[in-house]
Amino acid sequence: MRYLPHTDAERAEMLATIGVDDLAALFAPVPESARLKGPLALPAHAPEFRVEAQMRALASRNRAGSDGPFFVGAGAYRHHVPASVDHLIQRSEWLTAYTPYQPEVSQGTLQMLFEFQTQVAHLTGMEVANASMYDGSTATAEAVLMAKRLTRRNRVVLSGGLHPHYRDVVRTYLGDGPDLVCLAASPEGAGDMLSRIDGETAAIVLQTPDFYGHLRDIRAAADAAHANGALLVVVVTEIVSLGLLEAPGALGADIVVAEGQSIGNALSFGGPYVGLMATRQEFVRQMPGRLCGETVDADGNRGFVLTLSTREQHIRREKATSNICTNAGLCALAFSIHLGLLGEAGLVRLARLNHERALTLAAALRDVPGVELLNRTFFNEMTIRLDRPAAPVIELLAQAEILAGVPVSRLEPQNPSCANLIVLATTELTTDDDIDTLAKCLAVALSEDAP
Amino acid sequence: MSMNTIGRPTDIGTRYAAGLQPTGAALLPDEPLLFEIGDTGHSGVDLPEVEIGSDRLGGFMRKTPLDLAGLTEPEAMRHYVRLSRLNYSIDSGMYPLGSCTMKHNPRLNEKTARLPGFADIHPLQPVSTVGGALELMQQLGHWLLTLTHMTAVALTPKAGAHGEMCGMMTIRAAHAANGQGHRKIVLVPDSAHGTNPATAAFLGYSVKTIPARDDGTVDVAAVKAALSPDVAAIMLTNPNTCGLFEKQIIEIAVAVHEAGAYFYCDGANFNAIMGVVRPGDLGIDAMHINLHKTFSTPHGGGGPGAGPVVLSAALAPFAPVPFVRAGQAGPELVEHAEGGHLGRITAFNGQMGMYVRALTYMLSHGGDGLAQAARDAVLNANYIRARLGDVFSLPFGNQTCMHEALFDDHFLDGTGVSTLDFAKALIDAGYHPMTMYFPLVVHGAMLIEPTESESKQTLDAFCDTMLALAADAKAGNQARFTAAPTRAPRRRLDETRAARSPRLTWSPPENLSRAAE
Repeated sequence: MRYLPHTDAERAEMLATIGVDDLAALFAPVPESARLKGPLALPAHAPEFRVEAQMRALASRNRAGSDGPFFVGAGAYRHHVPASVDHLIQRSEWLTAYTPYQPEVSQGTLQMLFEFQTQVAHLTGMEVANASMYDGSTATAEAVLMAKRLTRRNRVVLSGGLHPHYRDVVRTYLGDGPDLVCLAASPEGAGDMLSRIDGETAAIVLQTPDFYGHLRDIRAAADAAHANGALLVVVVTEIVSLGLLEAPGALGADIVVAEGQSIGNALSFGGPYVGLMATRQEFVRQMPGRLCGETVDADGNRGFVLTLSTREQHIRREKATSNICTNAGLCALAFSIHLGLLGEAGLVRLARLNHERALTLAAALRDVPGVELLNRTFFNEMTIRLDRPAAPVIELLAQAEILAGVPVSRLEPQNPSCANLIVLATTELTTDDDIDTLAKCLAVALSEDAP
Repeated sequence: MSMNTIGRPTDIGTRYAAGLQPTGAALLPDEPLLFEIGDTGHSGVDLPEVEIGSDRLGGFMRKTPLDLAGLTEPEAMRHYVRLSRLNYSIDSGMYPLGSCTMKHNPRLNEKTARLPGFADIHPLQPVSTVGGALELMQQLGHWLLTLTHMTAVALTPKAGAHGEMCGMMTIRAAHAANGQGHRKIVLVPDSAHGTNPATAAFLGYSVKTIPARDDGTVDVAAVKAALSPDVAAIMLTNPNTCGLFEKQIIEIAVAVHEAGAYFYCDGANFNAIMGVVRPGDLGIDAMHINLHKTFSTPHGGGGPGAGPVVLSAALAPFAPVPFVRAGQAGPELVEHAEGGHLGRITAFNGQMGMYVRALTYMLSHGGDGLAQAARDAVLNANYIRARLGDVFSLPFGNQTCMHEALFDDHFLDGTGVSTLDFAKALIDAGYHPMTMYFPLVVHGAMLIEPTESESKQTLDAFCDTMLALAADAKAGNQARFTAAPTRAPRRRLDETRAARSPRLTWSPPENLSRAAE
């Protein structure tokens, strides 16, 4: 087996040093009844070329984004990742390093995390950011829990524009109950969230651009929350939007959480991604997750360490702010490198390009009979209502090799008002041809058997 | 100093301003921060400037400057390559880190994870276009269930601690479904990982600690004494954090079940027993498996991990969505809760990139190779125990260990050298430190887990180094230890200062001086 260095002769030598006869003797503490008597019903080890062929065969049964027109978004976006990003994150020193608990030999990872935290703080307009979370959905759940700790209140209101998966994750984390108010899906971009805030409310959770693509008014939400002593959690699932949209921190957000996948990370069927979390300096001791801070070494040289670990499980055990142990290290690195390559100038151009592609798509969809665009505002994503159920249309278009977006019914199966809706996204990778093809094929699909 | 909007910084800290080259010169770079090298006008990405006639941004256009420094590609390559050289990594040397399973990360895994059919597929594209992905998830589940002899697997947890949360949620749900929702206590041995009590508390349980006995394992009598109709579960690590197999684990499982509670096993140490012992044969109800430990997905400087949870028949009906199940025309993706299933614990389908890597690793090893890997991991740990046991103190006597060897600090008595000092001296000798001061039940613990990836030659060199360091400590050469490390990119860092006045983001020096005024 190519990954195991010992020869049988070496094993025998080592067993002699240990003073036992065979490898089985090392498992003597295992109760006899628990030891496997024979090999498991699994295939035997295989050469690299055979394993690679097997994996390629599986991969070939999936339709890759590059295979044709692609408009799927809804919380994960197909952006271009520069070749240098993927090359750099595969360097051994990044890829195969452990968590930087030993700072003297981990300054690369630590400095990168410090840079990452700074980038996230600037992007969101907040004072501090942590060293990343698992993903945007779990970051949202953690933000809600953090807000409850900060306010010592229990009631939480989730906007009807919040990604349904994010809402479902918060529900799983908090449990269903009267304190968790999940507003009905609001595909039209309006909602009555602000009227639902009261003096018992810990936090309101507002996504913008929302799940349906609408841009929401952060300032109005912040004012309403703060008037009642509640906190505003802003969720961003398309982080590229912040190249063009005002920073949530500048509009009164108390905690900003985001999915960072769009920058530096592949779609990869949903993970691994990188959750971002940023907040005000005064709240940092209630923040979950790793934090990297600047300090000096014994010679007075600048260096970086993981800090404020008294919030964390390995120190505080059952009194920790969260049970979180890892962050999304390598995905955070990819995010940081890509954002470092973009810089302010590049990010703004990228965001403008994404918006321009969406404008082009919106114009093309306007001319398709049977399609109604629900958005007055959007960044790079929008919702259309068809004259018939959306899921079969999406399936039909997939057979025509067009991935035309996400039928909302897939995430909201219990909600009949969502049955005819499709959420579509564009990115810099969307071409004019893609948009033309989609519009033409959608028109054909909707012209065939009438609803 | 002018920064960020025009031109390059003129001052990147006193060391540079003085015209000094960084210490270590070419091969040990001292790298300025991204914001000290780049500025907002530079970019390493070519993108067309587009005309936007009438925008649809609703007046929410950004007015606050982004203030994000950019680098051109050559600058970025150099920045991140130079930074990378400040890191220790598996590929550059052995990590004797107990509890962390720092094994070799095969590059075939990286290659397969990047196939467009895996990397460039969207979690919400039509299910009819991702048959291969569902098949992969089903195969991975099959391997995990065969290795553990359990009933169901929840693949989606994003990390070990997330897996613990998921497993304990299924236990909570099962109790609720059985009218046992009043059970509010979780038993946790004092040797447990910090995530165990943190997870139990996170879910609203109160934690009752079970002390280890003198041989480092949990006494079934202590468990029985702690069990009551209010106990929901026990969370036990096996092999435990002292590197020992819990000899009475079957009796413990029986007692726990008789008391109406469930048995959660922390599977962080599964590498010691995969293909040799099946957790399902021990009476375990739920166990997470760290794909980034046992199944070689890279640690990546602290993540991303992946923590699938295997479940017993009693807990299987409560697994979270989504999951893959066998259908008539192949695997089906179930995305919405039916019956007692937990809802989502994450958006989308979990850590697919890690599933690909882990399955690649499994297919490479085969069932035979995985069992051999476990045996070699245990062999290597016992070899270290045997070679060091005469000099380094063994807290629980010279008994056979599993995949990691635990020492305490008695051998340093009277030397003025602490466990921390000793570990930092290992850096100067060319190694990453071992796990220190964990588990908490042992004074000045040093926990060493070599994994199966290390050759005899490497283990001998490591043991020679350890013995030489111990001899040096006993010979009174205290300064070598207390001053260590001196041959790393940094000397010991002031963690107290970092925590007392946290600086968590960079700001230009002029802002600092303004803040100080």
